[in-house]
Amino acid sequence: MSAETAAPAGDLPAIRLDAPRAAALGAIARKEAPALKARVENLSFWYGDKQALFDISMPIHERRVTALIGPSGCGKSTLLRCFNRMHDLYPGNRYAGRIVLEPEGIDIIAPKTDPMIPRLRIGMVFQKPNPFPKSIYENVAAGLRIRGVRNRAILDEQVEKSLRRAALWEEVKDRLHASAYDLSGGQQQRLCIARALAPEPELLLLDEPTSALDPIATAHIEALIDELRENYTIVIVTHNMQQAARVSQYTAFLHLGKLIEFGPTEEVFTRPRKSMTQDYITGRFG
Amino acid sequence: MPDLIRRHTVHSFDEELEHLTRQILRMGGLVEQQLATAVRALVDRDEAAAEEVIARDDQVDELEEAIDQEAIRILATRQPLAVDLRMVAMALKISNDLERMADYASNIAKRARSLLEQPALKPLVTIPRMAEVCQEMLRLVLEAYATRDPEKALVAWKRDGEVDQLYVSLFRELLTYILEDPRKTGACIDLLFVAKNLERFGDHTTNIAEKIHYIVYGNRINRMVVEES
Repeated sequence: MSAETAAPAGDLPAIRLDAPRAAALGAIARKEAPALKARVENLSFWYGDKQALFDISMPIHERRVTALIGPSGCGKSTLLRCFNRMHDLYPGNRYAGRIVLEPEGIDIIAPKTDPMIPRLRIGMVFQKPNPFPKSIYENVAAGLRIRGVRNRAILDEQVEKSLRRAALWEEVKDRLHASAYDLSGGQQQRLCIARALAPEPELLLLDEPTSALDPIATAHIEALIDELRENYTIVIVTHNMQQAARVSQYTAFLHLGKLIEFGPTEEVFTRPRKSMTQDYITGRFG
Repeated sequence: MPDLIRRHTVHSFDEELEHLTRQILRMGGLVEQQLATAVRALVDRDEAAAEEVIARDDQVDELEEAIDQEAIRILATRQPLAVDLRMVAMALKISNDLERMADYASNIAKRARSLLEQPALKPLVTIPRMAEVCQEMLRLVLEAYATRDPEKALVAWKRDGEVDQLYVSLFRELLTYILEDPRKTGACIDLLFVAKNLERFGDHTTNIAEKIHYIVYGNRINRMVVEES
């Protein structure tokens, strides 16, 4: 490669688009540009003295799946947990910057914002299934009960709807009052998803939701994510590159607490702009 | 391209990609040889050389098959992304180009055989010249492929115009021969097919050049920018 076209350090060769293609892509971008569900603006985060996130800014598009990828310790789970103020549970943690939840423009992490606001509007599913030691039914109904729903008919309806959406209904409809612990790992994870869906959250946070599941249960959950995208905005942390490529429309690559690259998933996985992203997704890291 | 040379954490993956690259280069070398022999058969009226080319076409097909299987296996087992994905996907396409190019060489050998049954026309000048440009282009793209050098690929890409021009001038020349002496029509038509095959050969060489560019940059050669420069 000659000197003139050599890319600056860290950047992959610039992609030269010809004019018609650039115009076509621009038109697609304008037409399809989805509304924003949230905006991360200059977000930094500290665990006590240790800074874990550095000045991160990125959009979260509405009714789209955004994948957060990066090596262990890169800050992707830390970033995810900022959205529902989970870090507040430990003293000494500190945020800077903003996470703006649309459409009202509420700054989720502002000290004056009641953490219950994002928590009531944002659902979360963790790496390991963590059902409550209750019945299947009560697990799904829990979020609604907290919100004061007492009407049995509404609860029944919402429990069924959520279990159906989580592709679990057929397997559990005859034993709704059995313990959640009687379910298999994959079923428990789908139960946790149903529990997160029942209050109809605006934003769903998934922290490696399939890392403990077999390929079949994983496929069920990926299919579910595809369906949920019609109504929900999803942010997913995953270590599985192919999963990120399959389920997401946008991908953010983080490294050592910094956002290295954000873009449409298709581009990040076929022609990333940064060599660090390429090294990571192709298995050339470190 | 340091980014392409950098090794994977799993070294056996590098070995597989290198093996795939070597297979493509081997196939390219074989195609180069096929074209050279076919054109020699034509110019020297050498029947044995023509038969050799026709017989050896199977080897090219076998290599293409082997490359396909290797690439499919890498896709299935490594699930390559970004530059790796582009490399494997393009290996599939480049091997397909090379297979077509070998067919053109084989077609030329068949025409050479048919021309043996007819009186010789005047010494051939334009066809060997076309073949020479095609050979040089192919050599360039193979070097560019081995070193992942899009600039070198672009040099080859730009030379396709020469082949096209030679084709047009040969077409006119053969037309005048036919008009002068209709008994030469058969031979002229054979030569015209030879020229057409060379012209197609050149086109596939530019296809390969475009694929090398895509491997490195992830996009197509920008014709407008290139043609201005």
